[in-house]
Amino acid sequence: MSDHDHHDHDHDHHPEAPSDIEARALALESLLVEKGILTSEEVDRIVSMYEHDIGPMLGARVVARAWIDSEYRHRLLQDGPAAVKELGIGYPEGTRLVVVENRPGAHNVIVCTLCSCYPWPVLGLPPTWYKSPPYRSRMVREPRSVLAEFDLRLPESVAVNVWDSSSDVRYMVLPERPAGTEGWSEEKLAAIVTRDCMIGVAVPRVPAEAATR
Amino acid sequence: MSVDRSIAYLEGDAALPRKNGELVFAAPWEGRAFGLAVLLSDKGAYAWDDFRDRLVQEIAQGDHPYYESWLDALQSLLMSRGVVSADEVSGRAAEYAALERDPVF
Repeated sequence: MSDHDHHDHDHDHHPEAPSDIEARALALESLLVEKGILTSEEVDRIVSMYEHDIGPMLGARVVARAWIDSEYRHRLLQDGPAAVKELGIGYPEGTRLVVVENRPGAHNVIVCTLCSCYPWPVLGLPPTWYKSPPYRSRMVREPRSVLAEFDLRLPESVAVNVWDSSSDVRYMVLPERPAGTEGWSEEKLAAIVTRDCMIGVAVPRVPAEAATR
Repeated sequence: MSVDRSIAYLEGDAALPRKNGELVFAAPWEGRAFGLAVLLSDKGAYAWDDFRDRLVQEIAQGDHPYYESWLDALQSLLMSRGVVSADEVSGRAAEYAALERDPVF
């Protein structure tokens, strides 16, 4: 948690009385503060964290499982929602999740050119840049340049497939398992799978200290 | 302190309202009610499952907006644990409603 934002409270004085439910929420918070059980700043931090930092931890578990269990990997590529449900991750009905697999000669990356469709049940909140018009338009036109700006320089021999999400179909990238991770536990593997890897603007890297161990 | 999966991904009717993944609070009090319930569980005032069970029960009981059920669940849980009393809450709420206290979050 590196969020040091302090939300400025709204200091407008309400000309009108709060609604019943609002008054009750205010009452509970003020009583809990007075009793020394919590502080308003702690509530600020919790709200901010859940609003902004729900991370791609579920997707990372899915990837790690697929790396160590080839039958799971096969099911994941066949039917994304069913496979993520196997890990206890709820996936909303009516939305397809298509998992696209990186291979030695083919790299995948996701975008939503129309808006900001994103496989949030597995990846959490979309990053701000994913929603930005330049990413959305340029990733389709010049994926290699955009990837290079993310510091991912792919050789010309590697094909780049760009998957345009929609409200019906969301994509998630299954990255390649990096060399040097032989024998790693599922948990350790999941830790190197970042959100950007599953969007396709990065590939998993083995931390230098882990590689030498 | 970190985002807890069982909270972030409540399931079924108890699932947190979201828009494209982001939590949606229709009014500031909804965000405060969310934060209070999560923080109190974090601090060990109750087990998260106890709150979740009450939330599911509140949602099943009525046709109220999501965070009204949430606040009802929180209040009843805190009253059952003796953290606050019904009189304290109604008395304090009346002070806010009468603008005797500043209704600012």
